[in-house]
Amino acid sequence: MSCFLCNSSLGKKLVMSVTGCCLVLFLLFHMAMNLVALVSPEAYNMVCAFLGANWYAVVATVGLAALVVLHFVYAFILTLNNYKARGSQRYAVTVNEPGVEWASKNMLLLGVIVVLGLLLHLCHFWSKMMLVELMGQHQNALGFEPTNGAALIAFTFSKWYNVVLYLVWLAALWLHLNHGVWSMFQTVGWANDTWYPRLKCAAKIVSTLVILGFAAVIIAYFVCPCYAEAALETLGAAEACTDACCAGHAH
Amino acid sequence: MNFTLKIWRQKDAKSKGEFKTYQVENISADTSFLEMLDILNNDLVHKGEEPVAFDHDCREGICGMCSLHINGHAHGPSQAVTTCQMYMRKFKDGSTITIEPWRSAAFPVIKDLVVNRGAYDEILQAGGYVSVRTNSVPDGNAIPIPKADADESMDAAACVGCGACAATCKNGSAMLFVAARVSSLAKLPQGRVEGARRAKAMVAKMDELGFGNCTNTGACQAQCPKQISIAHIARLNREFLAAKLQD
Repeated sequence: MSCFLCNSSLGKKLVMSVTGCCLVLFLLFHMAMNLVALVSPEAYNMVCAFLGANWYAVVATVGLAALVVLHFVYAFILTLNNYKARGSQRYAVTVNEPGVEWASKNMLLLGVIVVLGLLLHLCHFWSKMMLVELMGQHQNALGFEPTNGAALIAFTFSKWYNVVLYLVWLAALWLHLNHGVWSMFQTVGWANDTWYPRLKCAAKIVSTLVILGFAAVIIAYFVCPCYAEAALETLGAAEACTDACCAGHAH
Repeated sequence: MNFTLKIWRQKDAKSKGEFKTYQVENISADTSFLEMLDILNNDLVHKGEEPVAFDHDCREGICGMCSLHINGHAHGPSQAVTTCQMYMRKFKDGSTITIEPWRSAAFPVIKDLVVNRGAYDEILQAGGYVSVRTNSVPDGNAIPIPKADADESMDAAACVGCGACAATCKNGSAMLFVAARVSSLAKLPQGRVEGARRAKAMVAKMDELGFGNCTNTGACQAQCPKQISIAHIARLNREFLAAKLQD
């Protein structure tokens, strides 16, 4: 039973479906967490502190990384199989079949864009937050506390090119989820002609919610100076606290 | 009507093929596509050239023998018909028509437009049947079957095994064909008994023969001459996974 996940086409697709489903649930959780930054930068920093280098957050991060790697490696294995199965001789004339979405035929391309965006995102945030704590340091390369997520958001999205890169990333994610979310139900067999329109509609709603949630934070911090100011205040407060602590030690 | 035909010519399985251009003239709009090829072949034979080889048999859309990838469509631009049931009125007078054989690693070209679709037979032989004696036709109401189930089974049984699904699929996947076979038997009490064994055996054979993996694009159902729905693929997935989880 264990090996059908590695050697059968449907087993491999089950792995894609289940890992994809877990990643979508993570995205919904991450998006909901980010929305806190719109309400209050301080509250957001509390969430960041809660999800710092604690054992449960580290375990979840390792699990998440495993999911991404599985999803990615299986995608390459399946695509390679598919490429071989298509044969070396291609059609001279091709058409867009009615009802076939562009995203469904370009999931690997979209996935690669998503992973490249993810690497950039890990550089921007994870390496300056959880990694700093894991290394036992108290300040990241920017001089912020590792739990000061709000200041990090304000700093990252004060640069227009980061905003553009993240929006392109989100657009690719939207297309990827448009196909992926209903497709995971099809792969495990929970679909039929009655449910296709409903599942495809649900996929559009979920993918739109996910990217709107993420984009709202990015755009709010880029456009509205009040967020940046509030975030900088948390920075000030933290520095003041550090100063006070140091002063206390000195005395 | 007059047409310019770009046809794939390939001497045998080992030779390298190429497109050759032919002209056909004074074709009636009510000529079927295969009759148009017959007219072309007649001309070629008269000229002493090798006629174009293509698959055909019943010419009434039920045997699944005709194939052809015409202007980018499996079975041509008409919806829900096989190549033999498509007529030249579907094309613009004076247009160029590109005719290719099925392209899929599991369907190697034998000659010109003829491919070897033996792989589908092998998948069928792996489990696409009921292995008990069913004897003569039973009394109409001896085994009550809900109308919805019978209809779904018949929809799947409409598959003629022409290969358009695997030929259309960008992954060369035979899932729609396998799903139609599994689904048509799974919805009937006679076929239900061996459902788990059948799904596993046919999927294993499909993988072994080098067909690709389904990525749910739906291109197969768009080009299927019998309009078989990918809902049958969902049922195959269900049957297969349930069978594997029971192992």
